[in-house]
Amino acid sequence: MADLSVNICGIQSPNPFWLASAPPTNTGDQISRAFDAGWGGAVWKTLGEPIENVYSRYSSVDINGSRMMGLNNIELITDRSLDLNLIEIAEVKKRHPDNVVIVSLMVESDADAWDSIITQVEQAGADGIELNFGCPHGMSERGMGAAVGQVPEYTCDITAWAKESAKTPVFVKLTPNITDIRHAARAAKDGGADAVSLINTINSITGVDLDSFTPRPVVGNKSSHGGYCGPAVKPIALNMVAAIAADPETADLPISGIGGIETWQDVAEYILLGATTIQVCTAVMHYGYRIVEGMHEGLSNYLDSKNIASVGELRGKSVERLATWENLDINYIVKADIDQEKCIGCGLCYIACEDGAHQAIGSKPTVDGKTEVWIKYDDCVGCNLCSLVCPVKDCITMVPQDLGQKSMTWVEYSGDNPPGELYPRPKHGLTIGG
Amino acid sequence: MNQMKSPNGISEALQPAPTMTWDEALVEAHRCLMCWDAPCTRACPTDINVPQFIKRISTGDLIGSARSILGSNILGASCARVCPTEVLCAGACVLNELHERPIDIGRLQAFATDDVVFGGVNIFEVAEPTGHSIGIIGAGPAGLSAGAELAKFGHSVVIYDANEEPGGLNTHGVANYKMDKHTSLREVDFIKSLGVEIRNGVAVGSDVSMDTMMDDHEAVFVGVGLGGVPVLGLEGEDLDGVDDALDFIAALRDGSADVAGQRVAVVGGGNTAVDAVTQSAMAGADRVYLVYRRGRAQMGGYPHDVERALQHGVEFVHWSAPVRIEGEGRVKALASVRTELDDSGVLQTIEGTEYSIPVDRVLRATGQAKLTPFLSTLDSVEIDSGGRVVVDEHHRTGNNRIWAGGDCVNGGKEVVNAVQHGKIAARSIDEALRATAAV
Repeated sequence: MADLSVNICGIQSPNPFWLASAPPTNTGDQISRAFDAGWGGAVWKTLGEPIENVYSRYSSVDINGSRMMGLNNIELITDRSLDLNLIEIAEVKKRHPDNVVIVSLMVESDADAWDSIITQVEQAGADGIELNFGCPHGMSERGMGAAVGQVPEYTCDITAWAKESAKTPVFVKLTPNITDIRHAARAAKDGGADAVSLINTINSITGVDLDSFTPRPVVGNKSSHGGYCGPAVKPIALNMVAAIAADPETADLPISGIGGIETWQDVAEYILLGATTIQVCTAVMHYGYRIVEGMHEGLSNYLDSKNIASVGELRGKSVERLATWENLDINYIVKADIDQEKCIGCGLCYIACEDGAHQAIGSKPTVDGKTEVWIKYDDCVGCNLCSLVCPVKDCITMVPQDLGQKSMTWVEYSGDNPPGELYPRPKHGLTIGG
Repeated sequence: MNQMKSPNGISEALQPAPTMTWDEALVEAHRCLMCWDAPCTRACPTDINVPQFIKRISTGDLIGSARSILGSNILGASCARVCPTEVLCAGACVLNELHERPIDIGRLQAFATDDVVFGGVNIFEVAEPTGHSIGIIGAGPAGLSAGAELAKFGHSVVIYDANEEPGGLNTHGVANYKMDKHTSLREVDFIKSLGVEIRNGVAVGSDVSMDTMMDDHEAVFVGVGLGGVPVLGLEGEDLDGVDDALDFIAALRDGSADVAGQRVAVVGGGNTAVDAVTQSAMAGADRVYLVYRRGRAQMGGYPHDVERALQHGVEFVHWSAPVRIEGEGRVKALASVRTELDDSGVLQTIEGTEYSIPVDRVLRATGQAKLTPFLSTLDSVEIDSGGRVVVDEHHRTGNNRIWAGGDCVNGGKEVVNAVQHGKIAARSIDEALRATAAV
């Protein structure tokens, strides 16, 4: 049984599975139940001057019958009093001393305001604080949340104020609604941040009610853009996490990864790309706290199967495998291969390649009413598309080809003395209708 | 079995399956892989673009879905119910290769078409009147399909039907658990809404002469189907309780027959025989026997229908040839002898093997007769040795003003085959009439 405990900027956590600051961490009762279910830590829903919410708050994107592939919200920070939250923080820490309670905070851009609230939550027993510089709706209109996170100078300055007050580690939660996440992370680090959490939600409109013409979520006869999260945003978040982990200026900055995490595989990917802990929201909003069971079991079994004793050993292992495009081997060749025994004849690979890629698959009906497909080897550019659309597991595989070619990067090839020949590519579009 | 009666007088057990809800339809539609050059479409005799209509359901566009289906098959609502999808579209579904349940194409098709067909939604533009007139003989699936297509082209169409109600076997001869009579008649109403006129109770050849037909119309489509099941020629066949299985099914459909508690023997091995035994069992018969002179493998009935009959407790009596029906006034038993194939593969009865099954009804389902007496009167129309009308690939007969399709051409197949015949013939008729007009 692999060791799942982690240490992030001095905070010891029984496992890397944390809840993100959001509706699932709104109250002490919820967080206590989450810890009972197996969550290692929780980031308390953002405290500050209590707000009033609108009623209709969430909207989602469904794909082919799967619910909530993406979730959008226009909910604001806590609507409960600071005093009540402080009492509950103390209760939770008393009942769950080994679990991590980080408290998310958002107040106006005033050093005294930050000092006051940080002091209070630390006295209540918080193990750390998280500065919410990411909320992209509502709060940003009032000069907080993403309004701070989108300006590196503000991020740096307010982080520095918080660091002056805080005795516990300070996490800075980053907004993805910027051009290059590295600048935000560098600013947080410059301000003294002990760690960064990312990503917060992405500016979004999930859709429009086609009868009333009102975008969703509908509030009366209007809507407002919200923040997007859930499985749909995971690839965007992974890229940002990896960018910070790969940036020499922030490579040593601990990361708590957030965005679309639902399974142990998602957790492993975040950790491989540099995260130390992860935070979950949408999946719990969809299925409840119980999903953490599968994360424990799956991640532990995975580590055992790889003979890795501790989850910490996994951290960042994939970062070194990220390169700039120009440093990829342009003589690495793969070709698609169809296992005819497994093929069910749906023809999706054919039409995807024919209309959407490189016209390298043939298709014809067979005498028994099925469809036969085959790879035109010489035309295949190894793009992977056919294997992505194929509905049958392991039916289409991409097979590396040793054709006597020598590996060579674009940098080498475009330099003055290329080390070898560019292996010939299939050429398309030379004739029309041929 | 407790036999509940529904308001239409037909036992609840015989009612067709309920149609899908939106939730069911969406789950099923999303399972479709959207195959390229889809095997389901290739397996459809009317070329319904199955992935297209299913995708339209999944996007909530039922009008578009219905237009896709009905554009290929104007009887899409009844074919959704009566087609042997297990051996056509759903049988070809690639999910079978994954050992998964194939898409329930039939029920999705019903879901997509019901609102339009039974709600009288007008989704087709009928062309400006051309002034051409076509007479159609028979308001069964072939005639209705041809009529609808011709009406859409703007031609004037009159269908003459000998029965009191239109729809052919869809109305009179389909197993009720697949589709009830009311559904068939409502579908006919939809076709009439395209401008097709139907004259029921008018038999061409007796009530109206063929010469009048040829005088009144520029072209004639013959879709007369088949006749009744001929008598077996057995002693006792005139006893009460001995019926043509198709007449019996029709009687069950309008509630005028009751088999609850009875013992029923059906003679034959084709789809009509299997429908008759299954319906009898579902309607509460005490014992149901399918008596067939050959084995299971030689039966013409579809395996999935045979399976359903078995599930309803039907007993299959194979290698048995009826020799006599016993009774006094009414049937009491069916006497049969055992049969076998001899060394040269010819079916032989076995002497000394006669036995009787006590029954209250004997239904013959040994194949419908051809309507040769009428067909042979048609000038220049060739009839083959099997009694089928000979047509070219456009369903035109040897008489260049007469087209034909459906069971009278193929000897008896599915509704969907008849629909395709009517569609092809209509397009050929349209082309011929326009060519004539252009000259």
